[in-house]
Amino acid sequence: MSKMALTTEGDRYVIVTRRFAASPELVYRAHTEPALIQKWLLGPDGWTMPVCINEARPGGRIRYEWKDGKGGGFHLTGEYVELVPFSKIVHVERMHLPDPTPDNHVETRFDSDGHGTLMTMRMTLPDAQTRAAMLSTGMEHGMEASYVRLERMF
Amino acid sequence: MNNLDAAFFALSDPTRRAILARLARGEATVMDLAEPFEMSQPAVSRHLKVLEGAGLITRRVDGAKRPCRLDKKGIKAIEQWLAVMHKALARNYDRLDNVLADLQRATSKGELP
Repeated sequence: MSKMALTTEGDRYVIVTRRFAASPELVYRAHTEPALIQKWLLGPDGWTMPVCINEARPGGRIRYEWKDGKGGGFHLTGEYVELVPFSKIVHVERMHLPDPTPDNHVETRFDSDGHGTLMTMRMTLPDAQTRAAMLSTGMEHGMEASYVRLERMF
Repeated sequence: MNNLDAAFFALSDPTRRAILARLARGEATVMDLAEPFEMSQPAVSRHLKVLEGAGLITRRVDGAKRPCRLDKKGIKAIEQWLAVMHKALARNYDRLDNVLADLQRATSKGELP
C-alpha cells in the first residue's frame, strides 16, 4: 500500500514510518499478539519465527527466534517499558548474533490517519557510533549514497 | 560471505569506523590518521591491517609511505547487505498489510479473529 520511509534524526535516532489500511487497534494487535506477529515479522522470504514470546505488559519479556530453514538463524530479546493500547508501545530490544548488539530503545506510535493508521517507529541508539554501525558503515557519504539508492529501489 | 563477516567485525570498533569516516573524505597515511585519533602509529597500523583484511581499504606504495583509501568493492558488499535488510523490513510490512486485511475481514464477519 504505502511506501515505508526510513530516516535519521540527530545523531542517535532512526525513524521508520509506514501507513496501513486498518485501524490503530488492529495494527497494535498485530504488533503484540504472538500468533499474529509470527505471520509477518519474518524478514526475507523463507524465514520463519518458531519461537515468539511477547508478554505485552510493562516489564514483560520479548523473545523472537528466527530460522532460515537451512540451519541458520538468530534471536532477539527485549523488555516492554510502556504500553498504551492501541496507540503506543515502548520497549527495549537487542539482537544476538550471537553476541548481543547494544540496546535499541524503541517507541512505536499508531495514529489514526483517515481510514487507516500511520505508524511511527522511533529508535534511539546509545550513541552515534552504534547507529552508524546499525545502519551502515559509519561513513557519512557512503550511507547517504545507500539510502539514495534504496529510495530508488522501493 | 566470510568477507562480510570480516567486514562487520572490522566495523564493530569505533576507532576503525572513525578511520573509515576519515578515509571517506580522501586518501590518508598512517601519520595523517595517528594525529587526530591521538594514537601511536603502530596502533593505527593494527587497525588498518584489520580493515585491509576485511576488504574495506586498500593501500598503495608511495615511496616510503603506504597511503590508504576506501575499497569500493568492500563498501559495495556492505551496501548490498544493507539493501537486503531494508528490503526485509519493507517485506515485513507488506506481509503485515495482508495480516491486517485478514483480520479486518474476520472482524467484519463477526468471527472471533
